[in-house]
Amino acid sequence: MRLSPDEIIFWQHGFLKLNATILFTWGLMFVLTVGAKLITRNFSTGLKRTRWQNLVEIIVSAIEKQIEDVGLSHPRNYLGFLGTLFLFVAVASLCTVIPGYEPPTGSLSTTAALALCVFVAVPFFGIKEQGVGNYLKSYMEPTFIMLPFNLISEISRTLALAVRLFGNMMSGAMIIAILLTITPFIFPIVMTMLGLLTGMVQAYIFSILAAVYIAAATRVRKSKPEPEAQNIEA
Amino acid sequence: MLIDWFTVGAQTLNFIILVWLMKRFLYQPILHALDAREKHIATELANADAKQAEAQRERDEFQQKNKEFDQQHAALLRQATDEAKVERQRLLDEARKAADDLSAKRQERLRNDARNLNQVISLRAQQEVFAIARKVLTDLATTSLEERMGEMFAHRLQEMDGEAKAGLAEALKTKSDPALVRSAFDLPAEQRATIQNALNETFSAEIRVRFETAPKLISGIELSTNGLKVAWSIADYLASLEKGVGELLQEKDIPVTKADTQPEEPQS
Repeated sequence: MRLSPDEIIFWQHGFLKLNATILFTWGLMFVLTVGAKLITRNFSTGLKRTRWQNLVEIIVSAIEKQIEDVGLSHPRNYLGFLGTLFLFVAVASLCTVIPGYEPPTGSLSTTAALALCVFVAVPFFGIKEQGVGNYLKSYMEPTFIMLPFNLISEISRTLALAVRLFGNMMSGAMIIAILLTITPFIFPIVMTMLGLLTGMVQAYIFSILAAVYIAAATRVRKSKPEPEAQNIEA
Repeated sequence: MLIDWFTVGAQTLNFIILVWLMKRFLYQPILHALDAREKHIATELANADAKQAEAQRERDEFQQKNKEFDQQHAALLRQATDEAKVERQRLLDEARKAADDLSAKRQERLRNDARNLNQVISLRAQQEVFAIARKVLTDLATTSLEERMGEMFAHRLQEMDGEAKAGLAEALKTKSDPALVRSAFDLPAEQRATIQNALNETFSAEIRVRFETAPKLISGIELSTNGLKVAWSIADYLASLEKGVGELLQEKDIPVTKADTQPEEPQS
């Protein structure tokens, strides 16, 4: 029983190795970059535009709007990071319809990497916005007694991010694999469709949670801690 | 072990590279396009607003001008109407005055005509009377009219009342110049003698007389001296005839004059 595409190793030299996770990630990166390049190749700045351009503009505008709704006042500063998180997770899930494809997000290493990125990005943006002192003070809100709890919360939510995405993606692939052995014809297709939905939802949750964490870190000190994030996590 | 730390590092690096790639190839061009379009639309909207404002301003200006033009038009019309009224009144007055003048001239002409007619009648009557009298006197007494006139004048001298006679005598005596006897025609020597005799007899003195011809006297003889005058002439009779004819013509004139001076109705 294989739980992660990390286990498929194509090449290894001591510590260095080339496994399916990295390979598929490169594939996705290539597809995304080439796709982006192709789509934006003939971008028009006038009133007339192609359907593809319209679609891409809608997606990017929606992401930007979503980031703004979360509470980040300058969404364009975070669009690169949060938007790429969403696109990567979403495309990784969508590609599960391709036979033989293993989603890199089904590997705990990948999800941990993404969660680590969020873990680093939160203080990065927080310090950038408020300064080091103010950011560090936010760990002692409302009192210094809360410092250990805040630190625990910081670490645990990063862990939760990684495990949540991994669990969902891995379980989807796992269920399909199990179902293929039991009822190999119709039911896996239905489950794949459900998997697509799950993947999209996970992509949304992952990026929105990252946005909420960053928003909480960059928010002015007087404001209350975000109840939104609590709700979504629950 | 589910986590492979090398893979974690590799994936982190991969993700950071992907973020850069996406920024470079997706977000920047798209955001640029969106911004450019927004700017373009904003510019067009601003242009449209400016054009609308301009149109509104021009419309207001046009309306204002139209209003001014209407007012000007109305004022000009009013002025023209007033001027036309004044002109009409002036023309009417002129016409009335011209009609009055014409009427006056006509009356004047009528009066002149009447006067001329009177003169003609007077002349004709005088000539006729003179001719008739001459003929009658010639036929009846076989003496010339002039003779008879001389006699008549002599007779009148002799028949003068006392006061007039005394005044005349006084005048004749005090005057150093000879008394003037004017007649419408040249008096023959007999007549002159008759008159001289009559004067001498009447005033019982030698009266010096100078004879003169004056056609205006109309068949008559007149003695004048020192402002006093004794005369006999057909003109006396003719004067009464003239007066009668004049009155007759005046009576005829009156209704014509009234009809001429009827005021004209003003035309509106």
